[in-house]
Amino acid sequence: MNEPPTTNTAAAPLEMRDVTKRYPGAKTAAVDRLCLEVPAGEICVLVGPSGCGKTTAMRLVNRMIELTSGDILIDGVTVLKRDPSDLRREIGYVIQQIGLFPHITISANVGVVPQLLGWHKERIARRSADLLQLVGLPEEMGSRFPGQLSGGQRQRVGVARALAADPPLMLMDEPFGAIDPINREHLQNEFLRLQSAIRKTVVFVTHDIDEAIKMGDRIAILREGGELVQYDTPNEILAHPADDFVARFVGADRGLKRLALTRLADLDLIAAPCVRPGQPIGSVRNQLLPGTGVVLVDTDGHPLGEVPPDRLADGRVTDSDARTIGQTVTTAFTMREALSLMMTDSLRPLLVLDGEGRVAGYVSIELINRTLHDEAQHARRGSATGTR
Amino acid sequence: MSGAAVAAASGPVIPHYGTSDSCVLHNGAFCWHWFAQNWGSLFQPKLIQHVELTVIALVIGFAISFVLALAAHRRRWLAPPVTFVTSLLYTIPSLAAFEILVPITGLGSLTIEIPLISYTLLVLFTNTLAGLSGVSAEVRDAATGIGLTRRQMLTRVELPLALPTIVAGIRVATVTIISLATVAAYVGNEGLGQLIFDALHSNDFNTQFLGAGGLAILLALVADGFLVLTQRQLTPWATARRPV
Amino acid sequence: MSAFSAAFTFVIHNGHLLLTKTETHLAISFEAILISVVLGVPLGVVLGHIHKGSFLAINVSNVGRALPSLALLSVLLPVVGISRTNVIITLVVLAFPPVLTNSYVAVEQVDSDVVEAAKGMGMRTSEVIRKVELPLALPLIFAGIRTAAVFVVATATLAGVFGGGGLGDILFNEPSYKLSGVIGSSYVLVVLALAFQVMFKGLELAVTPRGLRKQPRLVPPQVVEPSVLQPAA
Repeated sequence: MNEPPTTNTAAAPLEMRDVTKRYPGAKTAAVDRLCLEVPAGEICVLVGPSGCGKTTAMRLVNRMIELTSGDILIDGVTVLKRDPSDLRREIGYVIQQIGLFPHITISANVGVVPQLLGWHKERIARRSADLLQLVGLPEEMGSRFPGQLSGGQRQRVGVARALAADPPLMLMDEPFGAIDPINREHLQNEFLRLQSAIRKTVVFVTHDIDEAIKMGDRIAILREGGELVQYDTPNEILAHPADDFVARFVGADRGLKRLALTRLADLDLIAAPCVRPGQPIGSVRNQLLPGTGVVLVDTDGHPLGEVPPDRLADGRVTDSDARTIGQTVTTAFTMREALSLMMTDSLRPLLVLDGEGRVAGYVSIELINRTLHDEAQHARRGSATGTR
Repeated sequence: MSGAAVAAASGPVIPHYGTSDSCVLHNGAFCWHWFAQNWGSLFQPKLIQHVELTVIALVIGFAISFVLALAAHRRRWLAPPVTFVTSLLYTIPSLAAFEILVPITGLGSLTIEIPLISYTLLVLFTNTLAGLSGVSAEVRDAATGIGLTRRQMLTRVELPLALPTIVAGIRVATVTIISLATVAAYVGNEGLGQLIFDALHSNDFNTQFLGAGGLAILLALVADGFLVLTQRQLTPWATARRPV
Repeated sequence: MSAFSAAFTFVIHNGHLLLTKTETHLAISFEAILISVVLGVPLGVVLGHIHKGSFLAINVSNVGRALPSLALLSVLLPVVGISRTNVIITLVVLAFPPVLTNSYVAVEQVDSDVVEAAKGMGMRTSEVIRKVELPLALPLIFAGIRTAAVFVVATATLAGVFGGGGLGDILFNEPSYKLSGVIGSSYVLVVLALAFQVMFKGLELAVTPRGLRKQPRLVPPQVVEPSVLQPAA
């Protein structure tokens, strides 16, 4: 999207060991012996119903709330021995209502932590400008005040502000919760793009399982009482929920949700029977799929039309035989979107084009089914090492 | 300090040193005996006078402000000019106002009442209007939707909901009036302030200072407390606080 | 109406006298305002920051507001005697509540999300107060100081009740200065009060951070415009 910031400290891994928070007089713990590890550069989403302790758990990391017992280690160093204010200056913190300081400019807002750390004025100004650009805001917005910005713009500034001192760890508490759904999707996509460039370790709290699935490299599902029920990749959680609670929480449509995780680009698409006009079709006759015809392509592989099976009597096909192809999809589509379109056409296989509009292959319901099955197998084998 | 001439002109009440009360003779801090003895002749009448002054000012001031606030509630454009005039009246220090009125209205109740009333117009008007405007649009909408006429909405919905704010204004007005009335004794021989000025001009009698001053303070606090309790009785929903 | 023109004449012919009296008047006033600010602002800010003591901060104002000024002066007489100190104490007792309450409310009502973000970014307590809460609270704090100041300048006249100085020396001394003097000093008093009102309002506007100027007030006024007191005790 944009160039990464000028400095780039390595992301730090986070470890929670038996983290417990119990409020005096409360019957149940707010967080109960939470154990999890977030590898450096990954997004770990804490998700669960309200009262499950996800926000509490997050705020224990930067000691906005103090631990009752257990330990939290950032890059192997316990947070308990550090001065809380110093600790927090090394952790990016984004909250739902953002909390921009209304009395100073956007640029000054972004530069708060660098200023606390004693950076030079010019360095802070440059950094602010870079970050505003990074989150997709025009440069002149730096001299405006928060009161003049929209919710979505303010949220971007919040992210920029959290990144200002280039922290190795980011904590985000329902950062997009207060935004309308359309802008929320944009912000989520932009953050993911940002993350692919800068790779921070992120702890992300949400109550929305769909957001968790979209954003998380790993998801930690918490139950009321601060109990960790399952901690795994989205695909594994959807394929194999640990218990009824998780199954209910992810929703009965978890099968469909899994389909949203994979793009057609990652699949081994079925080879499409393609011929150029005037070419004999004998070679591709055995590639024909039920319900589809031969695809007529030009020299570059761009589709010109489809020749239905009943016109394939003679060995060659010409332009006049071809009918225009109906619905196609690209490799950027997810399996879920492809399935959705196939269902509107009696589950006929769908032609897939690549980024340049060339034929990439077919996707069919059988392919999707096979892929899901294979994915589950692979995931089960790979979950021990924690790879996707 | 002014001389006996002033004391004579304003008709002082000189304490009766009849009994050889050592407290009185040595001007002790507070002579209960003397105070109790002179309650009926000295303190009580002045206290009652003070209360009278207060109530008259309050009733008239409230009546005027209420009418103005209702009018401004209907016609928004009235609010700024009325606010401007009442704040102007508020800014004029009361003492100055009393003195400026003397040539016009002489020395007496009227000179006292006029500044008292005008001083409180700002608070009463602002609060009454704020209370009425503070009723949320949704509530008004629902009321109209049920079929209430404007007058019914006013009496059944807006006024009850505005009551806490209005009473807050009355509280401020009341204690302000009590306070000003004390000073106003300078231009009219009425109220507890009279006793204070007398003591200052003649004998520096501590008990009189404490007695009169203390009574004025008590009056103000009691009136304030009474209004708070009344408001809580009338509007139980207003004081129930949501746990934060 | 001749009394009014006579008063004008008095003012014109007694410039020096009025100036001296005004100087004393202002000295008493500023001393009282200064003491109330030094006592009230830090206390209010600290209480507001820790979000404790609301009962105290709000009710001190309710009680303080109720105290009749002359009565207070009178009650202090047996204790402190007839002196300038008596007046200053009375003025401070009366000016302290609005300063305290406004300082408390101003800091307490700073958007909690902003404070949360400030803490979360690693600001220490002193930094949170200095860089975030105070700048946002200053307009309302100054509104409280303005209320107190205008009240003090008006009430300082009471010093004249026993010849303690200030414009009250003339205003309460009709035998010596006649009605024209009394009304003339009243004119000066009115001008002073208005001047204070304007001056402190200007200060209030000057301390409003740029980012807040176009915004609506942080706290909708429930009572008289300058101070903020809640309807229920």
